Amino acid sequence: MKRATQATETPQVGRSVPRLESWLKVTGKAEYVHNLRLPGMLYGKIFRSNIAHGRIKRIDVSAAQALAGVYRVVTGQDIRKIVPEPYYGPAFHDQPILALDKVRYVGEPVAVVLASDPHVAEEAVHLISAEYEELPAVYDEVEAMTSKAIVHDALKPAGTFPDLKYLKGKTNTNIALDFRLRRGDAGKALKGAERVFEHRFRTQQVMHTPLEPLVSVAESTERSLTIHTASQSPSFVRIEIARLLGWPENRIRVRVPFLGGGFGAKLYIKLEALVAVLSLLTKKPVKVSLTMEEQFFTITKHASTFRIRSGVTKGGRLVARDCEVWWNGGAYADIGPRVTQKSGFTAPGPYDVQDVSIDSYALYTNLPPAGALRGFGIPQLVWAYESHTDMIAREMGIDPIEFRRKNLLREGRPQATGTLMKDAALEKVLERLSVLMSWEKPIERGSGSIRRGRGIAIGFKACIANTTSLAAVNINADGSVTVYTSCVDMGQGSDTAMAQIAAEVLQVAAESVTVVHSDTDVTPFDMATLGSRSLFHSGNAVKLAAEDALQKIVQLKKELSLPADAAIADVFRKKYGMRAGSVTGTGSFIPPYTPPDENGQTDNATPFWMVGASGVEVEVDTETGRVKVTRLVNVADVGTPINPRVVETQLSGGAIMQLGFSLFEKMLFDEGGQLRNASLAEYKIPGFLDVPENIINEAVVAEQRNGPFGGKGVGETATFGVSPAIANAIHDAVGVRLTELPMTPEAVFMALQKK
Amino acid sequence: MRRTIQFRLNGEAVEAQVAPHETLVEVLQESFGLYGARESCGQGLCGCCTLLVDGTAVSGCLYLATLVEGREVASIEENPEPDAVQEAFVERSAFQCGFCTPGFVLMTRQLLDEHPDPDDDTIRHYLAGNLCRCAAYPEIIEAVKLAARKRRNPG
Repeated sequence: MKRATQATETPQVGRSVPRLESWLKVTGKAEYVHNLRLPGMLYGKIFRSNIAHGRIKRIDVSAAQALAGVYRVVTGQDIRKIVPEPYYGPAFHDQPILALDKVRYVGEPVAVVLASDPHVAEEAVHLISAEYEELPAVYDEVEAMTSKAIVHDALKPAGTFPDLKYLKGKTNTNIALDFRLRRGDAGKALKGAERVFEHRFRTQQVMHTPLEPLVSVAESTERSLTIHTASQSPSFVRIEIARLLGWPENRIRVRVPFLGGGFGAKLYIKLEALVAVLSLLTKKPVKVSLTMEEQFFTITKHASTFRIRSGVTKGGRLVARDCEVWWNGGAYADIGPRVTQKSGFTAPGPYDVQDVSIDSYALYTNLPPAGALRGFGIPQLVWAYESHTDMIAREMGIDPIEFRRKNLLREGRPQATGTLMKDAALEKVLERLSVLMSWEKPIERGSGSIRRGRGIAIGFKACIANTTSLAAVNINADGSVTVYTSCVDMGQGSDTAMAQIAAEVLQVAAESVTVVHSDTDVTPFDMATLGSRSLFHSGNAVKLAAEDALQKIVQLKKELSLPADAAIADVFRKKYGMRAGSVTGTGSFIPPYTPPDENGQTDNATPFWMVGASGVEVEVDTETGRVKVTRLVNVADVGTPINPRVVETQLSGGAIMQLGFSLFEKMLFDEGGQLRNASLAEYKIPGFLDVPENIINEAVVAEQRNGPFGGKGVGETATFGVSPAIANAIHDAVGVRLTELPMTPEAVFMALQKK
Repeated sequence: MRRTIQFRLNGEAVEAQVAPHETLVEVLQESFGLYGARESCGQGLCGCCTLLVDGTAVSGCLYLATLVEGREVASIEENPEPDAVQEAFVERSAFQCGFCTPGFVLMTRQLLDEHPDPDDDTIRHYLAGNLCRCAAYPEIIEAVKLAARKRRNPG
């Protein structure tokens, strides 16, 4: 690969630059934490709870400790020697590094065995036993509202979010957040509506399954700690570890190389606090790398229940929507309260509805914790509101696209929060989908046991606010360019996008730019790589930093009386008399934001909107219930694509991932809260034979005016519409309506039988 | 209870001290510093650990290292210069995070050895044992076809 500096006037943005690290990835040389071994390193293996809820009476580690080759066994009480209050979490400080007084789900970490041979550690784990006093457990999110089984004795909001403070110390509840939005009077409007429709939908608990399972390594001295971790949020890890240890941030270093997939699984603290404390306890490097099975006990996607009620005029105009959403957060809040609120406020969908009421509840249950998974709650909501919207349209005899067209939020109109829609190409996306689906033409309906149908769905998402990104851009003495950002490349291509943005400003080839990977000793703060925020936030910061560096070069040229077109290397040579020096530009970006009032109203809910729609054609086998997606069309507003090829692969990848969540992925629990399918043998993710043969992905012509070079995020957009589009197509094909995910052959078959 | 085994690794005669329970992936990582084959699902279902033993793809996370005694093992690190398959994967952006990519590259080589001009259906079935959570499947089909063309018409 060319690594020399190439000055160029060719546009660098809008070009399908191959990922900068392409060669490293195809030759197996890309750096992952998975590969890391340090001298004297111990491997930690985790002993986990086998009950869903109970008080710990006794943990017997004696046999494990006695096994030859075991260095040490550590329990929650040992953790307290280093961290007296060992509870972490982004929204609530509710999760212990190892279970202390109670266990709250099957699979919760209770003890760790350390050994230099991971097989020895694993063997010793099986020699540990624990006794519990079992407590009643709750698994269902709606039951958790009123259940006598209480997961946490008292709520412990983190305090970093002012709107959660009122929950502090609350007892006898499983509600970790009750977000409320009122616009107009939905109750009154529903009473007066000509038609009222009410439906209830469910989504299932699923898991990210990044193929590189969660892994962290820590090494320490008396006064310093380095964590090498597969994390999407190195800056957060540093802040949270500093808080737990009571150390200043500058003694903690968090390094992140490439990630083997993230999808929201590798956010906030996962294994980092554990390896940090284990390293400080043993004074040795410690690595904990989970198996695929253990990932299912670590972080998942919220199951949810959504009751939605709409008032409609005879002509098909939506006048009111009343939404109640219950999010199954599992035993620890993770970022669930943010999902509940930040996604919750879009629950009525991308429609212009005068009177809206939303209640969105984050609930604790005795299941593995749920957090963010490619969409931050949006796919769960779109599943419900787009199934519901289609049911209304079909029942009223209105074409589903026409119904949506009639009700879509137009540019400049207020969304449920009162925030005016801006740079959200909803109409364009819907119209383009209609064209690509050839919606005007009837489709062949099939015969015998194979029936065909089609469906569409459209969703939107606000970007999480308010969040900060910083970046630095170095122009070296030879004119080469280095970008410093804590944005994490987990496969989405952010390194390449950041290089393109800096390259565009500095007029060099993107391929010649080096992007330094997250290292909190080196790269500036970045809130996290999540929620499709990075292209916009980190991208804006990189752009500002590059502009700052350029400005400094322009200034230097003036000072040195050099012409404006002088080569950069000549500027440094003249300034320092030799090849020396460098110029550093910095950029800091935080977009404006107004927190919502007590009714969820704000004039600025989000820095940008994402819009995604999907259309599918399906074949339903009425004898087996099997659904085959024969065609999948994804249309999105991504602003101006910075790298069109990467945008296309993100849209395609997001939609196929959602296809798995739509048709077959589901974590299955028995009545004791024990997960029955924690392996890829029994939890199937999409493979080659599940992918529709005909997929189209398209970004409409659009511009995000406050985004870097008109761009915005794309990682989640194609997940929005897939599930409801399939449900709508199944209904179109065979006249049955599924209201729960996944839409397995069994579910379709049973629905056909009922009909 | 370690014992010494001798085998050929990427064309070179090598030996390693292995325990009976150690897998081929572990031995390549711990004894040879080769990390291209990775354990992911740990059940031989995802293909991230794909390795070739006597030219046939195996799941290196299940394959016991002692079984390669006297045999020929090839990993993604085999060829110092990228081949047509790797070039095609780069040119068609046939990966995102890259964790599964070495497995796909090795399986694609074996596929093209058997089917120099595969159609979509052959590709999908042949590679059905390799999983990509980023779901770069459509791009991988494109890459396999491009690699086939490159191999048929070198240069």
